[in-house]
Amino acid sequence: MKLELRGVTKRFGSLVANDHIDLTVEPGEIHSLLGENGAGKSTLMNVLYGLYRADEGEILLDDVVQHFAGPGDAMKAGIGMVHQHFMLIPVFTVAENVMLGHEDTKFGGRLDLAGAREKVREISSRFGFDVDPDALVEDLPVGVQQRVEIIKALSRDAKVLVFDEPTAVLTPQETDELMVIMRQLKEAGTSIVFITHKLREVREVADRITVIRLGKVVGEPSPTATNEELASLMVGRAIDLTVDKGPAEPGAAGLVVKNLSVIDALNQIVVKNVSFDVRKGEVLAIAGVQGNGQTELTEALLGLQKRVTGSISLDGASLRGRSVRQVLDAGVGFIPEDRNEDGLVAEFTIAENLMLDRSDKPPFVKWGTLQLADLATFAEEKVTEFDIRAQGITTHVGRLSGGNQQKVVLARELSRPLRLFVAAQPTRGLDVGSVEFVHTRIIEARDAGVPVIVVSTELDEVAALADRIAVMYRGGIVGIVPGDTPREVLGLMMAGEVPASIAASTKESVA
Amino acid sequence: MSTVESTRSATARSPRVLERAAVRNWKPPIGFAAFAIIAVLIFVVGARGGVTTFLLSTDSDIIQLPAVFADVTIVTTVVIVLLFLAAAASAYLSFRARKTPLWIIAVFAALFLAAFLTWAASGATIPIPGLLVGTVGLSVPLIFGALGGVISERGGVVNVAIEGQLLAGAFASAIVASITQQPIAGLFAAVVAGVLVSFVLAAFAIKYVVEQVIVGVVLNVLVIGLTSFLFSKVLAPNAALLNSPPRFPRLPIPILGEIPIIGPVLFRQTVIVYIMYIAVAVVWFALFKTRWGLRLRSVGEHPQAADTVGINVNRTRFWNVSLAGAIAGFGGAYFTLGSVGAFNKEMTAGAGFIALAAVIFGRWDPIRATLAALLFGFASNLQNVLSIIGSPVPSEFMLMLPYLVTIFAVAGLVGQVRAPAADGKPYIKS
Repeated sequence: MKLELRGVTKRFGSLVANDHIDLTVEPGEIHSLLGENGAGKSTLMNVLYGLYRADEGEILLDDVVQHFAGPGDAMKAGIGMVHQHFMLIPVFTVAENVMLGHEDTKFGGRLDLAGAREKVREISSRFGFDVDPDALVEDLPVGVQQRVEIIKALSRDAKVLVFDEPTAVLTPQETDELMVIMRQLKEAGTSIVFITHKLREVREVADRITVIRLGKVVGEPSPTATNEELASLMVGRAIDLTVDKGPAEPGAAGLVVKNLSVIDALNQIVVKNVSFDVRKGEVLAIAGVQGNGQTELTEALLGLQKRVTGSISLDGASLRGRSVRQVLDAGVGFIPEDRNEDGLVAEFTIAENLMLDRSDKPPFVKWGTLQLADLATFAEEKVTEFDIRAQGITTHVGRLSGGNQQKVVLARELSRPLRLFVAAQPTRGLDVGSVEFVHTRIIEARDAGVPVIVVSTELDEVAALADRIAVMYRGGIVGIVPGDTPREVLGLMMAGEVPASIAASTKESVA
Repeated sequence: MSTVESTRSATARSPRVLERAAVRNWKPPIGFAAFAIIAVLIFVVGARGGVTTFLLSTDSDIIQLPAVFADVTIVTTVVIVLLFLAAAASAYLSFRARKTPLWIIAVFAALFLAAFLTWAASGATIPIPGLLVGTVGLSVPLIFGALGGVISERGGVVNVAIEGQLLAGAFASAIVASITQQPIAGLFAAVVAGVLVSFVLAAFAIKYVVEQVIVGVVLNVLVIGLTSFLFSKVLAPNAALLNSPPRFPRLPIPILGEIPIIGPVLFRQTVIVYIMYIAVAVVWFALFKTRWGLRLRSVGEHPQAADTVGINVNRTRFWNVSLAGAIAGFGGAYFTLGSVGAFNKEMTAGAGFIALAAVIFGRWDPIRATLAALLFGFASNLQNVLSIIGSPVPSEFMLMLPYLVTIFAVAGLVGQVRAPAADGKPYIKS
């Protein structure tokens, strides 16, 4: 089926999310929609899927103008969507999820579950998926959940499939498998819209590319374009994708973690017997697919987890069992993975957010009162130093862009004397320019002799920053490898497999 | 088309269940021990001799079962020993980091209860069928209310207004049945009244996104105020015309009604109770086996996912909250048309809140919620029976019993229950 968008415009108040976007996807073609976070890709697709109503422009399928009142209409017309955040109900089985919204029933209104199971099996076998129709979705790994999403779309005879940032949650192996699936779908005649901001994937599968920046189409480069060309188009200026980083000069061990385990509220062992050390002046990256214990590990370091066993020591002093306050006072800087939830108070000003972790002592608090003048001076200084783009220090951080919000967090954490710096997903959701800035600052902290831990699910980021890489899988560390380890090896380790050569060297380093 | 081998990776099958830490949970043995000690305090310190008689049949039964005579001293002694054994067994299991199975808890509760009844009624007679018939009677509005709660909350709207729906149902059915002299007409009026209360809840909770618990609480207060006002100003002065509804007669079912114990309890009831049996089964079937139920649950678990497959979330929620109100309102009619026979100020007396507790204790499942409602009904009726036969426990203390059971049931025994994921969260489409 041929899909055409003509002059689609969508406004949210004064913000123009999509500005007269034209896009054509031919049958049996993978058309990649490339753009930074916030460029308007997802808005455009939600318009296509009937979740938003376009203010101007039209959607054509096989040259027929469509009017979608909701996702139901879009699906009837043959559009399927694999959402970035899966639209699956965790407590339903695969078959129930697939049938939801277009259920067949038998006598007495009984759901025809047998039919739905058969449908799941049929589509699974057609594409070589291994999906049990009676498994509960919440028990399935993320990669399989995504296949359920694909099955769901195909069970409604989707002729146009939209993949919205499908690789964000996948291991490199799962990503490769997804690419195979997409090619297979394409051969079967399905038109595919592939939304992403990852350049490598685009160049691998796309037949055509449309780049969007700030809601406008800015170019249609050929898939043979280089990474730098694509990135410059996306960002609108020349971009250097590599981080300037000299070799590390590691000193003595700063942080030493031994046999650390964390048990969560459901009595699950979310971090299992983890041992590692971080030396002064080196970056230890913790790689792994989201949800393999990285979050709980960093929280344990900060004193945010209650049931922790093992030992954590920083420069010889134990951190385990200390309060968050004491851990911070010991000189630990922390960038939490969700800056809106844990890093900032959206309704506070930039200045107030900058003093959040020092709200109980000088220089900002004396005799129980805020020293507003000192705070203002400090804030002005940091806004300049960290290039925070805002009207002033009294702007609420909720009004800032993601990049500027993260700079506020960074400014706060790096403006104390540090003995350990923990950055969890420091560039998640940031534009390329801010990513550059954050990376540079992290390397500067390292070069100042601070032990640095960077937790990231993005292999590009891990490769750019790490001096050594610890790969986590299901709560344990699979292995600790040098920073220049090839992606393929890391990918295997992220799926829990230890390549033989690594296994041998890891043993040595542990012993 | 060719299948692709490489997609069958090792990760595809392994479920993401993490290893669990062996954790010793000392709550059950401590709870058991506490109750065992309470048993010693009551039965030994407050020892009473004598014999208690348990009647198993009513006079009208065709099959007469012999009465059971229990010697208080023997029964209490044996039970105390068993209670301590159960506590020890539970302690052993906890030491081994294993869970105390539910059946041990059930047996423990049954033993304690049996001993308590024997002790409290020393020298008197307890009619078991009477105790159970009263249980069912007191449970009827709780069960209807709980069904309404289950439906509403499965769809993602917290229904604190059950109390108001019951009361509105009781009020409307009393007036309409009195005027028409037709109890059936009263039932319809009760349904309409329940739905009207639900409309307000649904409109505020869904359309205007007001905090659902607050709307529910305010609605309860509103209905209590409104019905009390109308009762004293309109109903009480014209009681003969407006507040003397005919009651539903008991309709014994021929053969089933003659089964010993079960017969009189379950099958010599009014038509409202028979409808209740059907309602529980229908709601369970519909919730888990039909399209309606699948969609309702999807809306309460993950409304956005439901939206993306073309289900209108807010419309689904609106009509199901209304349905919930209809069911709860129907249950309210039992107060006036089934048991009391007239409307009275605040006559629901917190039944809606107990029903809400039954929803949670029953883990949002219609059948479990029904069982929970029966448990609460039993606690209430136990209090009635014991105060009639004159137990040594002060009646003021006994009045707390149903609520104590509710608190212990909901807080202590449940452990990890999972509400529908989007329960209480309005769905706002951006």
